[in-house]
Amino acid sequence: MVAWGALALVPWYALGGMPRGVPAWPAAMQALVGERPWLIPVLLALLPATWAVIGPARPRLLVWSAVAGIAWIAVEGFGILHHGWGFEALATLTGSPGPTQPGLGWGAMIHVLALTMLIAHGLARQGVCRGDVFVVGALLLVVGLIVLFVIYPALCILSSALRDNDGGFAPTLFAAKLFGRPIWGLDCLFGPQACGTAWNTVAVASIVGVATTLIGLAFALLALRTRMPMKPLVAFLSVLPIITPPFVIGLALILLFGRSGAVTIWVADLLHLPRTRWIYGITGITLAQVLAFTPISFLVMIGVLQGVAPSLEEAAQTLRAGRWRTFRTITWPLIRPGLANAFLIAFIESMADFANPLMIGGNFTVLATDIFFAVVGTTHDQGRAAVLALVLLTFTLTAFQAQRAWVGRRSYATMGGKGAAGRAAALPGGLHVLSYVAVVPYLLLTIAVYGTIMVGGFVVSIGRDNTPTLRHLMTAFSVEHGVGGWFLSGSAWNSLITTFEIALIAMPFTAAIGIVTAWLLDRQRFAGQKSFEFLAMMSFAIPGTVVGVSYILAFNVPPLALTGTGAIIAIAFAFRNMPVGIRAGLANLSQIDRSLDEASLTLGARSFRTLRLVILPMLRPAVTTALVYSFVRAVTAVSAVIFLVTGEYQLATVYIVGRADVGDYGVAIVYSAVLIVLMLLILLVIQLAVGVKRPGARPASGAGAVTPMAIVQG
Amino acid sequence: MPHAVEFQGVTKRYGAVTALDAISLQIERGTLVTLLGPSGCGKTTVLRLIAGLEQPNQGRILIGGEDVTLRAASERNISMVFQSYALFPHMTVLENVCYGLRAGGVKKPRAIEMATDKLAQVGLAGYEGRLPSELSGGQQQRVAVARAIVLEPEVLLFDEPLSNLDAKLRRRVREEIRDLQQSLSLTALYVTHDQQEALAISDRILVMNMARIAQDGTPRRLYEQPASHFVADFIGDANIVPVEIVRLDGATAEVRLGPFLLTLPHHGAEPGPAELAIRPQALILAAGPADGKSLSGRIARAAYLGSHMEYWVSVAGEIDLFVVSPDVVSPLPPGAEVAMTLAPAGVAVIRRQ
Ligand SMILES: Nc1ncnc2c1ncn2[C@@H]1O[C@H](COP(=O)(O)OP(=O)(O)OP(=O)(O)O)[C@@H](O)[C@H]1O
Ligand SMILES: [Mg+2]
Repeated sequence: MVAWGALALVPWYALGGMPRGVPAWPAAMQALVGERPWLIPVLLALLPATWAVIGPARPRLLVWSAVAGIAWIAVEGFGILHHGWGFEALATLTGSPGPTQPGLGWGAMIHVLALTMLIAHGLARQGVCRGDVFVVGALLLVVGLIVLFVIYPALCILSSALRDNDGGFAPTLFAAKLFGRPIWGLDCLFGPQACGTAWNTVAVASIVGVATTLIGLAFALLALRTRMPMKPLVAFLSVLPIITPPFVIGLALILLFGRSGAVTIWVADLLHLPRTRWIYGITGITLAQVLAFTPISFLVMIGVLQGVAPSLEEAAQTLRAGRWRTFRTITWPLIRPGLANAFLIAFIESMADFANPLMIGGNFTVLATDIFFAVVGTTHDQGRAAVLALVLLTFTLTAFQAQRAWVGRRSYATMGGKGAAGRAAALPGGLHVLSYVAVVPYLLLTIAVYGTIMVGGFVVSIGRDNTPTLRHLMTAFSVEHGVGGWFLSGSAWNSLITTFEIALIAMPFTAAIGIVTAWLLDRQRFAGQKSFEFLAMMSFAIPGTVVGVSYILAFNVPPLALTGTGAIIAIAFAFRNMPVGIRAGLANLSQIDRSLDEASLTLGARSFRTLRLVILPMLRPAVTTALVYSFVRAVTAVSAVIFLVTGEYQLATVYIVGRADVGDYGVAIVYSAVLIVLMLLILLVIQLAVGVKRPGARPASGAGAVTPMAIVQG
Repeated sequence: MPHAVEFQGVTKRYGAVTALDAISLQIERGTLVTLLGPSGCGKTTVLRLIAGLEQPNQGRILIGGEDVTLRAASERNISMVFQSYALFPHMTVLENVCYGLRAGGVKKPRAIEMATDKLAQVGLAGYEGRLPSELSGGQQQRVAVARAIVLEPEVLLFDEPLSNLDAKLRRRVREEIRDLQQSLSLTALYVTHDQQEALAISDRILVMNMARIAQDGTPRRLYEQPASHFVADFIGDANIVPVEIVRLDGATAEVRLGPFLLTLPHHGAEPGPAELAIRPQALILAAGPADGKSLSGRIARAAYLGSHMEYWVSVAGEIDLFVVSPDVVSPLPPGAEVAMTLAPAGVAVIRRQ
């Protein structure tokens, strides 16, 4: 009852004391003075709620009045924009341009939050979620945030795609754009013209999916079924995709195989061939993406292959099956679902990849880059960007759905997990050789790529002039002594510091929302849990470019005007990286016996206390993982934020892409190398810190450190 | 005085599985009641419903006379000892025992005092600073018990608390639990599927089968007057043989079994066909052919168990009877012909279902 009183008071304070909107007046005063009469219903909705709290317990009334309050804020928010009525119908109805109001401010935010908590109280009183206010509140909050920052922007794309660029409703234009030749054309099959971007995208994604899956499988077979040193390989391949900014591989390929690339020059001089631009286009994109995504496939396949109990293979061999037969009849069918999973993951990643096609695509466009050029290019066609985003989103979500269906139903991994004893069957000879054929070129190329990045920044111009120099490093990261003492004069400092700041701000939110979501998914049961899980994991499948476009469309104008602020970048980070926290949390929670929570509950601790005192201390590995990975991923992200950066908030990756774009490769490489090394250092430090004092190391809890595997795919 | 726990027509379903089917039961204050039954019959489900870890699909649950059906686990006056003990691995023994007190708002010094007290009571004084992982299985079990009883709950729930202990320790710890329960006059509900354990410590036993309560009574009553074939077989071994009730006479019935005409309490059975539960030690074997007052059989198998002999005796080449004989000095060899007589104490009439 005490908690009731406190919670009931919050909205009053929020309304009474917090500035809302530009004129720093509280909403209550604005409403009462009569300047903005549409705020009055906000107050009115609160009256029955308060009565429901103070008076006899009326949970239903409480819920409905709070819902009404939020609904009204949404209606008036969209109805009245800063240039007048939000809907033409309203303007014609009233015959005037209508009143104006600026975007919502802190007061409104706290108010909505408080109303949400009131709803939670009301619902809990009616026995929802076993009457647990904290669970209902957390659930509503997470769902609300996801709706606001994932669903609503996605819907904005749809609405924008349906309009022409002046905002009018134009379904025929939409249809023309959606089914038009630029997207679906098949000209390349018949002549020299380019095919539609959709086909380009699907083609690249399919090739990349097949190639990475096979190379990943080859790697996994070598690692698990031969005497190849496995630990360093796994460690190496599992950190690569995390610490590498996505464009780095494309960049390195240009420096190696571009028209004036190191290898190109060398080969041309050796064989007297003309230098060509063969790397630009589908070849380059495919190559870059295969290099980039193979580690992920490898990690998936390692997990799948480990899930095949050796006792099964041993059984097959005692039944007179040879090595080939064992592989063909036992191992292969068991890992097939895993292969499909790896393929679909690579497929989604490839479609979503923006930076490599941007770097190395030449005239070959894929959906992700096409969207970007539609927004920033000379045409500046937001409607087209929205249509393209819609197509891309449909592709990735379909693949995502397929992947979940596969993993959900067809995964045999962990079947017979107890039979871990026994030796896995040796690899058939032919397969052994084949695996090496797949793996060795990959390793060589990868070494070349990272070597180029590490070395390339310290020579004048790699390939052409290999004189060592610190010039690029100085340009980017010089520190000078001036009148005011030491200051950072390098051109890269500004963006580096901004990036770290925003990533640091986003980090705790990402981890918190991810872990809380994981806890809700794993430990609570409520109606609609499956859809909730889908919503939460969906942002994994939304390509960054689509997020970028959708954020521009959704948050450029009131009621939520956020573009141009650092906040929107932080929000984009938080919701894009949320699945990382969820996966880490789920993996860790599954190792903590449920009876611990139940014991705590039966001892009289409420769910919040249980979460804080029992679960969180044991979830430390997951929390650390979520924090670190969300930070690192935020620092290396490009696609979503390239739409959101401003002069004031320049980010490291975007800066590098910009430098590379104007041909200033020296600085771009040096900066990339610095980023990679920094990220690697951070991971190492954390690994050491967590590894030494692993909180769940005691046998009773069994909560081990979370491996990158858990992050890639649950 | 209200019952400590009461179920009124409680039904619990998990999807298509009915785990409890319209169960009604009462548990009196200060008693130790055991839930006994085969795996999957719904024992754990009963405990979890009382604890508030699950909610019933139908029916009401009362604790101390109060309807708690919709109340959260943390709001119920119960505590539970888990099969896995569920000790918090990152807290010391003392912190574990204090946990519930602190959650209930007891001040820290007072909580520590009470916890230390209870730990001493279960024989763990001096172990306060250890982590659960630094204790033996039996010690962990006692910490779990201390953690539960320190809250002085209305009902104490035990879900197979001894199944992780070895046979010797089980016997000792079950006596300790019984002593503690009686000296503190706690109400306890105890789940087990070990019938020896149930018989040894319970005031009352609820035998469950297939989501229902098969029989409810004192250990003695269950053993001597099983209400059904299932209960007779489950509590102690029993040979169930078909019989004919010839006529009733007050509380007794005249029962025909082969050559015997027995006079036994009828427990509500009607004249006509019925069943008879014969405990293995109620059959007395003698070597040699049967006379008019005994039944002829042949030893099919014999096993020496140190304290007694176990025999399978086939009668008329079809029915196999299980017999326990204390005579280990001159055992009967397989194939020997025997004459069997009945000791009336170990025989009970079962109503036809
Ligand atoms: N969470 C659940 N989801 C689905 N079915 C369940 C769940 N928990 C229990 N059941 C089913 O309900 C029935 C009763 O289960 P319960 O755990 O109460 O059995 P039990 O008597 O405790 O068995 P045991 O002696 O093996 O512990 C079983 O058929 C079981 O399969
Ligand atoms: Mg059980």
